[in-house]
Amino acid sequence: MKISGAEALVKSLELENTEIVFGYPGGAILSVYDSLYKSKIKHILTRSEQAAAHAASGYARVSGKAGVCIATSGPGATNLVTGIATAYMDSIPIVAITGQVSTDVIGRDVFQEVDITGATAPFTKHNYLVKDADDIPRIVKEAFYIAKTGRPGPVLIDLPKDIASKKIDFNYPEQVVLRGYKPTTQGHPLQICRAAKAINEAKRPIICAGGGINLAGADKELLELAQKANIPVTTTLMGIGAFPENHPLSLGMLGMHGLASANKAVTQSDLIIATGARFSDRTTGEVSGFAPDAKVIHIDIDPAEIGKNMRTDIPIVGDVKGILRDIAEKVKHNERTQWIEYISSIKEQINSPIDDSKDLYPQEIIKMLSDKTSGNAIITTEVGCHQMWTAQFYEFTHPHTFISSGGLGTMGYGLPAAIGVKLAKPGETVINICGDGSFQMNLPEMATAVENGLCVKILLFNNKGLGLVRQLQEFYCKGRYNQVNFEFVPNFVKLAESYGIKGMRVKHRDELSKAIDQFLLSKESFLLECELDIHENVYPMVLNGSPIDEMIGG
Amino acid sequence: MKTTLSVLVENHPGVLSRVAGLFSRRGFNIDSLAVGTTEIPDISRMTIVVEGDEYIVEQVKKQLNKLVDVIKISKINPEESVSRELVLIKVDTSPETRSEIIHIAEIFRANIVDVSRKSMIIELTGDKNKVAAFEELLKPFGIKELVRTGIIAVNRGTNTIKIEEED
Repeated sequence: MKISGAEALVKSLELENTEIVFGYPGGAILSVYDSLYKSKIKHILTRSEQAAAHAASGYARVSGKAGVCIATSGPGATNLVTGIATAYMDSIPIVAITGQVSTDVIGRDVFQEVDITGATAPFTKHNYLVKDADDIPRIVKEAFYIAKTGRPGPVLIDLPKDIASKKIDFNYPEQVVLRGYKPTTQGHPLQICRAAKAINEAKRPIICAGGGINLAGADKELLELAQKANIPVTTTLMGIGAFPENHPLSLGMLGMHGLASANKAVTQSDLIIATGARFSDRTTGEVSGFAPDAKVIHIDIDPAEIGKNMRTDIPIVGDVKGILRDIAEKVKHNERTQWIEYISSIKEQINSPIDDSKDLYPQEIIKMLSDKTSGNAIITTEVGCHQMWTAQFYEFTHPHTFISSGGLGTMGYGLPAAIGVKLAKPGETVINICGDGSFQMNLPEMATAVENGLCVKILLFNNKGLGLVRQLQEFYCKGRYNQVNFEFVPNFVKLAESYGIKGMRVKHRDELSKAIDQFLLSKESFLLECELDIHENVYPMVLNGSPIDEMIGG
Repeated sequence: MKTTLSVLVENHPGVLSRVAGLFSRRGFNIDSLAVGTTEIPDISRMTIVVEGDEYIVEQVKKQLNKLVDVIKISKINPEESVSRELVLIKVDTSPETRSEIIHIAEIFRANIVDVSRKSMIIELTGDKNKVAAFEELLKPFGIKELVRTGIIAVNRGTNTIKIEEED
């Protein structure tokens, strides 16, 4: 029996075990929505397409499956763009499906036409403009395969309206045949031996764990290697959760706003073992001053990352999980007493955020939330001060519990991502930590949460403006604050209430503990607003062009 | 430093824009790019001359390799390969200059493919240096138009660039 292109698309999604899709309908995608109507796939209607892409990303990051988002042509597709680029920078597997105008009018600037495959080529792993309905099953199969394998990333399928209604014989391919796509998974045995030897010889090694550990599910292998050879572990922002931060070997996050102890330790190191990390500018500071005395072992599944930003002595391309296991087998136990003692001493010296002389302040709020949840929650964030404070002072102990936009730094990510997370992990406590700036970018998604009966907690830091940009202007513009303070800020508690979400405002320190208890106990979505001093900055801070051990407030 | 890369790609619409887009967004400089189908109809071969140091060329290769439509990339070593470019030059002529131009063309083994009262089109094949020398000699006569295909290159001997077939 022949089925339509749209039906073939939905059937293909089903065969890829898609349970949930996030989207927003429209004219050019009409027949796909008509096919979804008959499908067992659950559709979550967000309040903007961008939110659908972020929700798919949040879903992907905790479910281990590719997230799927759907939008119509033109503005629907362009609204997805930020979400797709966000996923691309953080290597998150999503499959984005867009409607397109009919093939016979493509290029004539008809209503809601935009060249979305052209627009997204720079930040999709691959994309397709479907020209023949018979190709739909193959393209969907390939899209999921490409999104999930190798270094994961977003794939977009643009489906013209006439192709979606064309009848085809449905045959789902069993295998993917792509002669131009063959990711290397096995690490080179010789390089693995060299790496193990370098670790055995090193006096002051450090593992720098990136998002690749979380993506590869290699946290156990990482822990085993670190423990066996006594190697302290620091993580990038994306690597948070890859190593338990309550472990004696944990140094926490490094980089521009990393913990001072991590930045100092890295600079002292004689061997950096970068695992699933890409040495981004926010991590390294001035590259020439990054671990100047260290040899560098760089393990990544993407060969293009090796040597891109950082000199490399021992490159290993492949799946970090297997590579770490192989290296761990070959390394010798080593006490490294002096180095480990040094690490614990610098950890003790610094990093305490507690300041009893202050009224309500952000570091303590995060610390208290961390203590009260004991790390048993999934935290999403937006982008800004609150994100850095969370990365610094929440103690993450499990992979996939810190869900944030790292590479692209997309404000508005956290709330829709939290919705995706909650749908994938309904039993977990899901908290979006946000600032008043970024919360206002996608706050209509409260409706999506309520509509679907999802308990999403929102911890809102209100400093009446854009704190991190304000901080940049303080340092780089000599305090000429421009467009960083909001002259009007809505009443967030009432706003939440208008969505049917309980809200509460905390102004003083003595109210905090009780408020967080209530926030965590609530069985329904809850917004807890904390009013902050607008002068609260994120420290330490590494200025542009400085090496990471030269920190302000470190 | 210039490096010549041979790139086997899927013969799909849009592949050229993916490759060209990659160069512009990563800040790589293309000196020339020539593309056409190969002995296998669904595979095209691009010959790309890249300007840049070893780091740039390495990045170009790795980033190109990440494109799903790119099947294989090989660096062409100038000493072990033959490279050619085709140029069409329309040059001003007069009864006085015509024979001199024809003479120069003969020395360069160029072909005269069109003659009118006031101009002539000359077709020349060769490597970069030959083309440059020829252009220099014709300049005084007045070059009205010059079109070049971009360099194409192939390895000498039995050495070939082929996709590895898998069972």
